[in-house]
Amino acid sequence: MHDPMLSVENLVTHFPARASEAGRGKAVIRAVDNISFSVSAGETYALVGESGCGKSTTARSILRLIEPTAGSVRFRGTEVTACTGRALRALRRDMQMVFQDPYSSLNPRMTVAQIVAEPLIVHRMASRSEARDRTVKLLDRCGLDRRYADRYPHAFSGGQRQRVVIARALATSPKLVVADEPVSALDVSIQSQIMNLLCDLQEEFGLAYVLISHDLAVVRHMADRIGVMYLGKLVEQAPVDEFYRNPKHPYSRALLSAIPKHRPGDASARIVLTGEVPSPTNPPAGCPFHTRCPHVMPRCHTEGPKTSTNAAGHSVACHLFDEDSNDS
Amino acid sequence: MGKIIMPRYLRSVARDPRVIAAHLVLALIVVAALLAPLATEPALRQQLSDSLDPPSLFSATTTRGALLGTDSLGRDLGARLLLAIRVSLTVGALAVGVACLVGTVLGLLTGYFMGWFDNLVMRIVDALLSLPFVVLAIAIVAAIGPGLVNVAMVLGLTGWITFAKLVRGEVLRLRQLPFVEAARGIGCSHLRILFLHIAPQITGIVLVTITLTFGQMIIAEATLSFLGLGIPPPTPTLGGILSGAQDTFFAAWWIVAFPGITLMLIVLSVNIIGDFLRDYFDPQINHLSGRKKRKRPAKNVEVPNRHGIETR
Repeated sequence: MHDPMLSVENLVTHFPARASEAGRGKAVIRAVDNISFSVSAGETYALVGESGCGKSTTARSILRLIEPTAGSVRFRGTEVTACTGRALRALRRDMQMVFQDPYSSLNPRMTVAQIVAEPLIVHRMASRSEARDRTVKLLDRCGLDRRYADRYPHAFSGGQRQRVVIARALATSPKLVVADEPVSALDVSIQSQIMNLLCDLQEEFGLAYVLISHDLAVVRHMADRIGVMYLGKLVEQAPVDEFYRNPKHPYSRALLSAIPKHRPGDASARIVLTGEVPSPTNPPAGCPFHTRCPHVMPRCHTEGPKTSTNAAGHSVACHLFDEDSNDS
Repeated sequence: MGKIIMPRYLRSVARDPRVIAAHLVLALIVVAALLAPLATEPALRQQLSDSLDPPSLFSATTTRGALLGTDSLGRDLGARLLLAIRVSLTVGALAVGVACLVGTVLGLLTGYFMGWFDNLVMRIVDALLSLPFVVLAIAIVAAIGPGLVNVAMVLGLTGWITFAKLVRGEVLRLRQLPFVEAARGIGCSHLRILFLHIAPQITGIVLVTITLTFGQMIIAEATLSFLGLGIPPPTPTLGGILSGAQDTFFAAWWIVAFPGITLMLIVLSVNIIGDFLRDYFDPQINHLSGRKKRKRPAKNVEVPNRHGIETR
């Protein structure tokens, strides 16, 4: 197998917990707890999971917007976690981010043209007039009229702002774009436009995406591979078709069963999970999902499941699949 | 640059009569201050026989014929007022300049970088806040002596706290916002983020604080002069004239009224202009079509598809 563009190995990000939340001692919030995955060039890798499971923290840790506690992130042969200062900033030329909220991720005091041109200026990739040309082209490509280039962000709608955010992310011709819930703050009608834009741009520029989402419909439309997170851990990874056809982990099955059905009377029953997500300050021993799992076994309480991978690249961390890990 | 900016500024000013008035009053006061050297001689000449002569403007029984009357030493109040305006404006501007520069820079740095430097500066702020202003002023003036520049320094070195605390609080809030994170993600350096992304967001509150502080500084200078810690006589200051009028207040209303009105006009017009400037520099407020839309409704229709800018 060829070298992946981005490989994340045993990534851990802990935050110090406030004393009031943690009792005493050196308690931490285990936001991301030992995650490994890789993304190839031109591929879309989706991270899904419910609120608070560590998706966004993972994304920010990869880009070093949050300092990871341990583990390794390799991007095109460079160890991201070891970079400092200038080297890190140079690296950011090739890995950009699209943010969830297009209302607060644009500087209200800069015009759209200045916002999109800034990465070019920062990385000294263009003179001012060249930057202007490229900015106009990028805005055009992202579906914004050049007449609006000198307006401030407040004059735009949410969907248009997200187009600006995407144009900014593409300014330096990055290889990897981390998109943190790129469409969840938008109206449904706008969501599909932005998703299509992202897909078109991926094809045109050969981008790799790490797509963070809680919307399984979005993920199915865009992703090549999918990783399901629960309580800071990756519980299942699979190619997207395989995942929707044959979800293995009980948590993944519950997630998929929660998608509203198109046809009334569709056969598959909804799996309703009981209880709450345990606190990441004090995760349960053994399998993190055992407190809510419908198939819980005695060993789940004490023993963490190993990740088993089959030939199709479908891996799952669950004791149910320990024995028959070689057939799918 | 000027060609483009000035008409826009003037058109914005013209939208609000209060702002026009404030600009005119301030311009008048500045012109008065500039003309003040002409009045030095009558302002300092004492003539006790003309003591407390009423203003010739309002009274027929005047002996000296001074337009705004004379003070208890027979000096021309109008001339003294011109000189006092000059001194007060200078002290106010110097003091606010020092306070704003020191306070804003420290506020930006402490709020953005936090850590030990923040702790150090904030403990200094706490220490300064625990001392009453007058005690602090006495200590500093005792050390460096009275005089115009020294008074401005005393005021500036106590006034920066307001700016530092305000700016630090804003920066603490702003640095959490996604667009700052986005700037880091783009690859901006810390200094670029601080001065290009964060600093422009606080110009509004800093401008308003400058105008509010400017008034306070002029009044504080008066306080210091009153206590003998300010600018020593015979140099007239607005505060100095006011405090000197205490004994003769019931006999000579003009010595209190004219400096008081001048002080009020300066502070009021500076505050109005400050409010105006805050709006002027805020791109979210369309100051040309914003406030008085109904007067020119046709203009708004011309531009197709004005996203987000609603025309009520």
